[in-house]
Formats: sequence, structure tokens, C-alpha cells
Amino acid sequence: MSNGLLGRKLGMTSYFGHDGRYLPVTVIEAGPCTVTQIKTKANDGYDALQLSFGEKKKNRVNKPLQGHFAKSGDKCFAEIGEFSVENPDDFQLGQEVTLEMFSVGERIEVSGTTKGRGFSGVIKRHGFHRGPKTHGNRNYRLPGAIGMSAWPSKVAKGKKLPGRYGNARQTVKNLEIVDIRPDDNLILVKGAIPGPASGRLEIKKRR
Amino acid sequence: MNTETEVVMEKIKQIEREHLRLDYPEFFPGDTIRVHVRIREGEKERVQVFKGVVISKRKGTTNATITVRKVSYGVGVERIFPLNSPSIDKIEVVAHGRVRRSKIYYLRNLRGKAARIKELRRN
Repeated sequence: MSNGLLGRKLGMTSYFGHDGRYLPVTVIEAGPCTVTQIKTKANDGYDALQLSFGEKKKNRVNKPLQGHFAKSGDKCFAEIGEFSVENPDDFQLGQEVTLEMFSVGERIEVSGTTKGRGFSGVIKRHGFHRGPKTHGNRNYRLPGAIGMSAWPSKVAKGKKLPGRYGNARQTVKNLEIVDIRPDDNLILVKGAIPGPASGRLEIKKRR
Repeated sequence: MNTETEVVMEKIKQIEREHLRLDYPEFFPGDTIRVHVRIREGEKERVQVFKGVVISKRKGTTNATITVRKVSYGVGVERIFPLNSPSIDKIEVVAHGRVRRSKIYYLRNLRGKAARIKELRRN
């Protein structure tokens, strides 16, 4: 069995759990994924499955990928991901992988790409406090002093400063599965998940 | 034709719709109702009744709430119930009240005889 699969975030809502708890949940469309490549220890040095998700028109896919997808069927896909697997011999090219590997109450890991915030200041990016708004103050959202004087007369490496924020891969661990709907390929997970709705996700079993 | 977004929203709304409680009788702000709430005490579960006037209804799918007010030993008590919560056993309507607005917050400033609401008889 593969240790995860690809999916996308559909959005958030709230949900009454079986014990009456009112939970914030994220709805994830998980799979079905198609096996597009099988990596074995003998051939590639490690065992893994390459899964593809989200059908895409053939004329939107470039020629090298078209050739790659042709080996596992006549469908082309938008997303490709690799997941480790114990027995690669159990799988065939073109086989569908669904969310059967997960169960309600299980804890999982979900990776996604966070929303890009562009070039952000130090308050949004690092959670600095702002300065006073009034009383002649001119240090409202500035980072403040960033280093010392004559010694070391340079800014320490790794100093938290403004810069690009977001649009980076992030993993949330220990998310509780609240409900699973195999008919619609939906997983309902307690809590938030990085990225926008319709963002690509990697859903993995907890290690 | 449905756009991609509409299809996704429909899936989420479908999940929310499953939670809606459609077994309640019709009631409006100003009505006196009895709310039967399931309460867990350790392993045991029992039903507690909260009787009072509905002073506000908040709409929403799974988020809908009602605020019920009663005066208990001279102290005003208000409870906000999530309408679609499975811990509400049932709701009974005791009396319909004749009020002119949808939020009966003015009741908080009234005491004793003034805090009564005229009963509405509907046939």
C-alpha cells in the first residue's frame, strides 16, 4: 500500500462530530490517483510509486510528458507526485489508487503550498510588533535596529527582515480525520491546511 | 453550465446540508420554547430543559443559533444554542408571542410585569 496520495483542497466548513463537538474542518478531494511510474530498488535504488492526479487535456501537456503518460494509459494529468511504498510489485502501471488507505480518527500529514504574499514587511512575515501610531512616532511598521555598531559592524546572518513571504511548501502534521466519503473521494480533516482552495496537496500517512 | 467553483461549493454545501436539523417545529423570535439539551456527565447522559423566550435567531447553514432568555430567581439568564447541534434533543413551542421586531433585546431592560410578551393566537 502506498503511504499517501495526491489531492486538492476544496475549502473549509464546520462540522458536528459524533460526540457533539463543533469542529472546523477542511474538505480535501483525495485522489483517485493513477500509477504512472513504479520505482524499484533494483532499477532506481528505492521503492516508490509515482502517482498522478487531476485529468488534463492532452493538447495542454508537453510532448515529453505525453510520452510518459502514454505508458500508463491514454489519460494525461496535471499533478505528479512520488510516494514511498513497501511492495512495488503489488502495483501495475495505470492502476488507480484511492483513499482506502485512510480511516476515520487517524492522524495524517498534509503538505501544500502556502498562499504567496509577495514582498512582505516584518510584521506580516515574522509577527513583529508595530510601533505607536501617534505621539510623533515615525516607526510604525519598521523592523527597528538590525545590528550593532563598530563591532561586529555587520548584520547577523539569518536576521529577520522583510522579503518574499508565502508560496512555499508547508506540511501540517497530526491532522485528525473527521470523516471520509469514498464515493466522492472526500476527506474531512480537523483544522486548516496551507494554500488556497483548489491548491495541490500531498496527503500522507503519519510516519 | 456549472463552473468549477460552483461544483466545489456544491460539494461543501452538501456536507453542510447533511447537518441541518429539519425536525424542529416552526418558531419565531418572541415565542416561548422549551429546549431539551442532552448533557453528558461522565458516562451518563441526561436531558435538561431550558425554557425561555427566543430573543434572537441567527441564520446560517450549520452555524445557525438561537438565543433563549429566561429569568431564573430574579436573574436574567440567556443561552445561545447552535440550532443544528446533535446535543439538542428536541424543541417544544410553548406559546407564540406577538412582537414587532426580530431581535427582542429590549426585553433585557424590562423587569417584572413589563417584561411580559403578549400571546399571539393563530388559527
